[in-house]
Amino acid sequence: MKELMSWMMDYGPLAVFAAAAVGGAVAVVLTQNVVRMAFWLIISLGAVAGLFFALNADFVGAAQLLIYVGGTLVLLIFGVMLTASGPFVSIRSSSGELVLAGSAGVFLLSVVLYTACRVQWVDSAANDPRGAVALGYNASSEGNTVRPLGHSFLGARPDKDLGRRETESLTSGYLLPFEIVSVHLLVVLVGAAYLARTKKRKA
Amino acid sequence: MNFLIASGGIAEYLIDKEFSATAAFAIAALIHAVLVIHFFAIAPLFYIWLERKVAGRIQDRLGPTRVGGKFGWLQTLADGVKLIQKEDLCPQAADRMLFRMSPYLVFVASYAAFIVVPWADGWIAQNLDVGVFFMLAVMSLEVMGVILAGYSSGSKWALFGGMREAAQVVSYEIPMAICALVPVTVLGTLNMVEISRAQAGLFTNWIVFHDPFCFLAFFVYFTVATASVKRAPFDLAEAESELVAGFHTEYSGIRWSYFFMAEYGSMFAVSGVATALFLGGWHTGVGLEAAVLEPLRQWGVDVPVRGFTVGNYVANLVGMVVFIVKGCLLVFVQMWVRWTLPRLRIDQVMMACLKYLLPISCFLFLGVTIWPLAVYQFTGKTAFGEPLGNRAAPAARERSAPQDKKASALLVPEVRS
Repeated sequence: MKELMSWMMDYGPLAVFAAAAVGGAVAVVLTQNVVRMAFWLIISLGAVAGLFFALNADFVGAAQLLIYVGGTLVLLIFGVMLTASGPFVSIRSSSGELVLAGSAGVFLLSVVLYTACRVQWVDSAANDPRGAVALGYNASSEGNTVRPLGHSFLGARPDKDLGRRETESLTSGYLLPFEIVSVHLLVVLVGAAYLARTKKRKA
Repeated sequence: MNFLIASGGIAEYLIDKEFSATAAFAIAALIHAVLVIHFFAIAPLFYIWLERKVAGRIQDRLGPTRVGGKFGWLQTLADGVKLIQKEDLCPQAADRMLFRMSPYLVFVASYAAFIVVPWADGWIAQNLDVGVFFMLAVMSLEVMGVILAGYSSGSKWALFGGMREAAQVVSYEIPMAICALVPVTVLGTLNMVEISRAQAGLFTNWIVFHDPFCFLAFFVYFTVATASVKRAPFDLAEAESELVAGFHTEYSGIRWSYFFMAEYGSMFAVSGVATALFLGGWHTGVGLEAAVLEPLRQWGVDVPVRGFTVGNYVANLVGMVVFIVKGCLLVFVQMWVRWTLPRLRIDQVMMACLKYLLPISCFLFLGVTIWPLAVYQFTGKTAFGEPLGNRAAPAARERSAPQDKKASALLVPEVRS
């Protein structure tokens, strides 16, 4: 009983958020009304943000809220509003679609489970005697994920490179992927604007 | 340094009393939530009374005068009692579940923004390092509830209100975020408490007077924030003259009042952010802190948290009053604007955002990044006087929990000027 209590204390918030995320996702699949699906997506994605907050990853959690719940979902509902013919659209999927979607889901789940089981969940950074953590680097005193994320987007990894000798090669950050992603987003936006404009001219 | 309402404060006090860490944090979180929700619930009572008084005076009337004495103090309370008694209606064409849920969604999103409102030095529900970013993120959730309310009502008025709200808020979020970035660029931190601390001293230290770009950014931010909490002249989602009552046409009773609590709560939330980012937060701006309040912090015995004296409570209480007064003044300006300016058309609202406010805010953001370089060309220093960001960083490092100086020195490059 006491063990259960201490487990609840340690993992209670995580368990609640995880259950809400999974439950919301299941509800999205089972619901047939598009707008209700969007509502369950809010619950699911919001709970994922809650998971990030519970793990002290403030920045990622806030980004999850801002991008997925505040951005993508609003656009989704907005799109439904503009395109829906009836007031409450419902979707009924045929059995062929169910089989297709189910097998895709099972395949994805097996890939995720395989990866999750393969990773060694021991904090390698903390056990490295010459690593930054051994030298006194403390993620939570460095603004949790904010500053490390900012540094790594600028191409530096002080959380990994603090103890390295000068001759050793440094860990590469994410400057190049970051730039590629931002240029890609710009291209997508320009393309979307272009497509929307041409459609309007034809009509 | 420990703080009473700072998350560390109550939690550390409880851990000292041999509570387990998780229980201590849970109790502390509960206390913070209760304190904040009381402000969140009581402020609308005052603001709705104020709104009616302001509206009355601007339209050359008296406003409420009967309920609760000469000034109608208890008018909102009487309204609240009436609203609770009203029948909780749900139209037949409505999507019942969504119709019932959406007021709560709006309410929760608006309330969550108060988590990072810095009331006084260290008095903040949760001192997040990404405070400003978190604020912008949760404020963007409110629109979801409004859209769902409009959609699920099964009424065309409400649907139009919801659609307008979606278009308007999604557009206005962009210049709002960019304007909020201007002071963040000056100070180099997203932490609400550190941002406010950096503006200590005379009012010339407030970020609004830091450089011309910040000065303009304050007014652009305030305009955009007024629009993003859908206040007149941008209240196209309600637009009584065209859409009956917009997205909340079908609501009645207590659910209807949740929308209004959220609206007035958000008004204070955006005003509070404006106060913290531009107007010096809890600082009086007349040098009262250095002369009176800082010495006062050393005075008295520690209660109940170690390192937190009686003087600290008094000083923080003064700071909290200053912060709330500043926020209320900005809310008053929003009301003043509402009853003075006519409502814009929806195309004018969108044009004002996308053609004017967005480019202006981009220009201001660019300008504030170039400003230190321009000043450096002429004066040889990156700012007139001590740079604000430089002042904030060491102060924050001294005040925050002890950490490895060597590691932080490597990670935070000093600004060379």
